[in-house]
Amino acid sequence: MQWMALDTWIVVVGALCAMSCALLGNYLVLRRMSMMGDAISHAVLPGLAAAYLLTGSRDSVTMFAGAAVVGVLTALLVQGLYRLGRLEEGAAMGVVFTSLFALGLILLRQAADHVDLDPGCVLYGAVELSPLDTIRLWGWDVPRAAIVNGATLACNALFVLLFYKELRLSSFDPALATALGINAQVMHYLLMTLVAATAVAAFESVGSILVIAMLIVPPATAYLLTRRLGVMIGLSLVLAALSALLGHLSAITVPGWFGFSDTSTAAMMAVAAGAIFSVACFAKSCYAWGRRGIERMSFSLRSVGEDVLAALYRRREAGDEAPVSAGALRAALARPGWTALALWDLARRRAVTRLPGGYALTPAGLRQAEELVRSHRLWETFLVNIAGQSPADAHGSAMRVEHVIDAAMQSELARQTGFPELDPHAKPIPRGSSSGGEP
Amino acid sequence: MNAAVPLHISDLTVAYHRKPVLWDVNIALPEGKLVGLVGPNGSGKSTLLKSVLGLVPRSSGRILVYGKPATRNRALVGYVPQRETVDWDFPVSALDVVVMGLYREIGWCVPVRRRQKEKALAALETVGLAEYAHRQISQLSGGQQQRVFLARALVQDARLYLMDEPFAGVDAATEQAIIALLLELRAAGRTVLVVHHDIQTVPTYFDHVVLLNMRVVAQGPTEDVFTEENLRRTYGGKLTLLSDAAEALARRGAQRG
Repeated sequence: MQWMALDTWIVVVGALCAMSCALLGNYLVLRRMSMMGDAISHAVLPGLAAAYLLTGSRDSVTMFAGAAVVGVLTALLVQGLYRLGRLEEGAAMGVVFTSLFALGLILLRQAADHVDLDPGCVLYGAVELSPLDTIRLWGWDVPRAAIVNGATLACNALFVLLFYKELRLSSFDPALATALGINAQVMHYLLMTLVAATAVAAFESVGSILVIAMLIVPPATAYLLTRRLGVMIGLSLVLAALSALLGHLSAITVPGWFGFSDTSTAAMMAVAAGAIFSVACFAKSCYAWGRRGIERMSFSLRSVGEDVLAALYRRREAGDEAPVSAGALRAALARPGWTALALWDLARRRAVTRLPGGYALTPAGLRQAEELVRSHRLWETFLVNIAGQSPADAHGSAMRVEHVIDAAMQSELARQTGFPELDPHAKPIPRGSSSGGEP
Repeated sequence: MNAAVPLHISDLTVAYHRKPVLWDVNIALPEGKLVGLVGPNGSGKSTLLKSVLGLVPRSSGRILVYGKPATRNRALVGYVPQRETVDWDFPVSALDVVVMGLYREIGWCVPVRRRQKEKALAALETVGLAEYAHRQISQLSGGQQQRVFLARALVQDARLYLMDEPFAGVDAATEQAIIALLLELRAAGRTVLVVHHDIQTVPTYFDHVVLLNMRVVAQGPTEDVFTEENLRRTYGGKLTLLSDAAEALARRGAQRG
């Protein structure tokens, strides 16, 4: 692989364009109108063509004006179809942007005879060629595309910074925004105009595929990873730039592995953004899965520890206060796995102490054991007296349920069973410390 | 018009797709009272609140807040939306939501300053949520979410509050918190109009009721108006004649237009 100044400029142009799209895309994703980006970036085509046919000029100002008009028009048409035609919003966008895009193609064919606006270029762009068209700026040869996209990014950044508060409110709660005098409709059309202008700025250099991808994919990835708006926006910018870099790197290396020459850089940048999204999605699922596993393990460990406490308590209740060896405890438990770990954990929390002949309850451990056995026996009483189960069945259920009964549930159980002294097996129910006891 | 009346609605008619939702509604609220807005599903309660806020187009009628058109006196109106209408996955924290109530005070294009954050935090403290200030709103329980929006209404420091079913689906603790808040607002001379579903609790919560079913069935002090007879008139029977007449009118209008 050979990296030249040319490659740096390609990445810079791609990154600037990706970032200016991603910045606005955050609000499209949050307003649940991601498809609007798709719609507008297709629909600007007739705007470009019409602007050219009307004025005969191809300079940036004309193009921007044409695009802005059509951008707003698209948003208005979608709203109109949604309201008047009672069409679902997605369907309304589908109708509007396909019709406008097709119209744009027809107009372009008309114009194509005398101008180098060609449909293929609009789709894929020519980011590879962008460094060749330069403008001299302060003694530097800067690609025109870098200046155009940089200016768009600056505009968008200014818009987001200035209206950060207003954009957030009108996206989150248009009702309150309107009630506070921030017109949510105006913000909406302002945003759509900028999306259209950004799409036009990016078209020539990177094509509409990358525009659509960058409007949605980096913000959607960021949305997966954070629940803070500022972080989400920052992250989406970083991801957009990263997609441009990775995209160009793979565009010049990956085809080589298969014996091809390089491929479309813009498309590869979009693929890179998609790949980053997949990785983020996968990593997030792994993280959630791992955390659930750890939670389940710590619950198991706690349950075994509580079983140990209860076993020690029952021995003591039977009059045997001698320390119990780990082996004897293991034999007494229904689920003996992890007993050693649970004992270590209990000793660490000072619920049991290690004596010469084995383990014994500390005063704190005794209180905890009493609570546990109280929950266990109250639950048995409840099952037998109120739910009508047999005392033999009740024990098994209580072995599981005792670990999840909290103080509120315990006192409710005591109330419903009439504050019993003995459980169905005629064993005394410990009074417990927090449960307060009888009325 | 009388500038002492918090909310004065006259001849208000609102229609969605030519179907009338509110029909010739006349309401005058007394100042400093807790007012229950009661009626069956689809009787136009939420629409009434939204039309005061200027969120739905109205076919006719006038809405005055303290003697001025509601849209010009918006600063005096605080609003608590219905819980189902909120996008809970939106990346905002409880504090962010409360600060939104101060956006008018902060002004356009100006970032949120420390003073406003402190004010919002104090409001969260009032509703007992200070320690949840930096939680994303989906990580709060239903009752806590409701209280966040109450705190937002509080910082707005409005004189007329509109609350859309604040009691729907909340736990007992939140219900108590809301009641305490309502009483506090009343003691401060604020007027609160609450859309309420649970008929049982109306007499205990509200001084004044408006019974609504497309049109106002009755309004006045709870002990006078909240009678079985009036409730039967509000809830009993579809008002088919009324909506038929309205639809016929709308059709005629359509033919002419």
